[in-house]
Amino acid sequence: MSRSYLPHWMHWLGSPPNFYRFAGAWRPWLMAAALIAGAIGLYGGLVLAPPDYQQGDAYRIIFIHVPSAWMSLFIYATMAVAGLIALVWRVKLAEVIAMECAPTGAAFTFITLVTGSLWGKPMWGTWWTWDARLTSELVLLFLYLGVIGLYNAFEDRRRGARAASLLALVGIVNLPIVHYSVQWWNTLHQGTTVDFLDPARSSIAPSMLWPLLVMALATHLYFFASLLGRTRTGLLSLESGKQWVRALVDGQPERTTGAPT
Amino acid sequence: MNEGRIGRSMPAAKAGMAGACIALLRRDFVLAWRRRGELFLPLLYAVIVAALFPFALGPDPELLARIAGGVLLVIVVLAMLPALESMFRADLEDGTLEQWLLAPQPLALLALIRVIAHWLTTVLPLIVVMPLLGVLLNLPVKVLPVLIVALLLATPLLALLGSVLSALAAGARRSGILMALMLLPLAVPVVIFAAGAVAAAQSGMPYIAPLMWLAAALVLAIVLAPLACAAALRIAVES
Repeated sequence: MSRSYLPHWMHWLGSPPNFYRFAGAWRPWLMAAALIAGAIGLYGGLVLAPPDYQQGDAYRIIFIHVPSAWMSLFIYATMAVAGLIALVWRVKLAEVIAMECAPTGAAFTFITLVTGSLWGKPMWGTWWTWDARLTSELVLLFLYLGVIGLYNAFEDRRRGARAASLLALVGIVNLPIVHYSVQWWNTLHQGTTVDFLDPARSSIAPSMLWPLLVMALATHLYFFASLLGRTRTGLLSLESGKQWVRALVDGQPERTTGAPT
Repeated sequence: MNEGRIGRSMPAAKAGMAGACIALLRRDFVLAWRRRGELFLPLLYAVIVAALFPFALGPDPELLARIAGGVLLVIVVLAMLPALESMFRADLEDGTLEQWLLAPQPLALLALIRVIAHWLTTVLPLIVVMPLLGVLLNLPVKVLPVLIVALLLATPLLALLGSVLSALAAGARRSGILMALMLLPLAVPVVIFAAGAVAAAQSGMPYIAPLMWLAAALVLAIVLAPLACAAALRIAVES
């Protein structure tokens, strides 16, 4: 069966040694861009943006909290898509990418919960409440931990990756629940303030919105940079017996295999 | 082994789809009956845990009545866990699963039959003793029917979810606590709706809506979970 509907560079990039070099070339640039965007976003959010008329300066935690929360959903979706590719087409690289998404996603979910809890103490008067949004975000953290745990419970790492990918796909039902929880259940967590589909419905001042978006950009860039780095390490340890890794360790120039035509 | 003899006792003419399902159900029932002592262990566990609550919280009848519904649901979820974990393990070890993959019947159907047999043999007895535990924890008698209906909808849903996770964990080295880590997040909505129905009935509010949600989720799970379970079994068998 021909697979001509995929461009050639995708096949080229799917090969571990090629991806290893591609990721190594892109990672420093992405990381630098993430640091610059993060610095601009934090300066804009912590210094330039005006204090809130009700919350004063305490609201500024949203510049960490909201981008982290977006990332916790975005990374899960990325992991599930990579997991689907790994399950359907048995692409080794997709397995590694899906599994390397999980720790970063769990970290962002954890940051979301901690920052939300720090903000909740002065604002709501409680560290934690069994609100729908909070509970579903906590379930998301457990799903990440379940994926990591299942992956590490297998002797054969490729089988573990496929099993954990399937678990990630099953858990994707939680994503719409997290996202719509503030609309479905009218509990303590506030509703959506940034609406990308209908900007007129957004209820955030432009002076607070732009640092938030820059921070979101920074977290995305950081995630991709860290994913590339993690995937490089994952590929090295998965392919440790292979010729290209041995050549890399010995310091010999690698033979390029099938450069794009 | 008993399995071989049971397999041979089936007439060859019944090799169709229904025949395979009946044969599988019969095999699971016979195996469960041969180890009927094990079937009582989850019941014993549920009774002991339910008895611990009055010891820990004090025998105040009103307090017990208030928490009884939620406590019983959590006990059922926890009592289901150990049996769910080993749903496919023995079959993976003795090669039965490979025969499932080779069988002309769809793997998802066989997985669904296994879930049905599992539910009938290990979970149904738990539901049968729940009224007794409810009375023990001072749950009002008028709430018991709602609790039973909620359990009849929630436990098959949990068994279906658990079958997927059990198939995923079947090939893993160790899966005891892993199963809990994977199942409990997915069980959260089920527990919320089932406990919501019981709590609503207890305070005299309409309790149909959460039961309807459970029923809808169960219908979805009956269709989707066996497919996911079949995919997970394929991963477990092939190396």
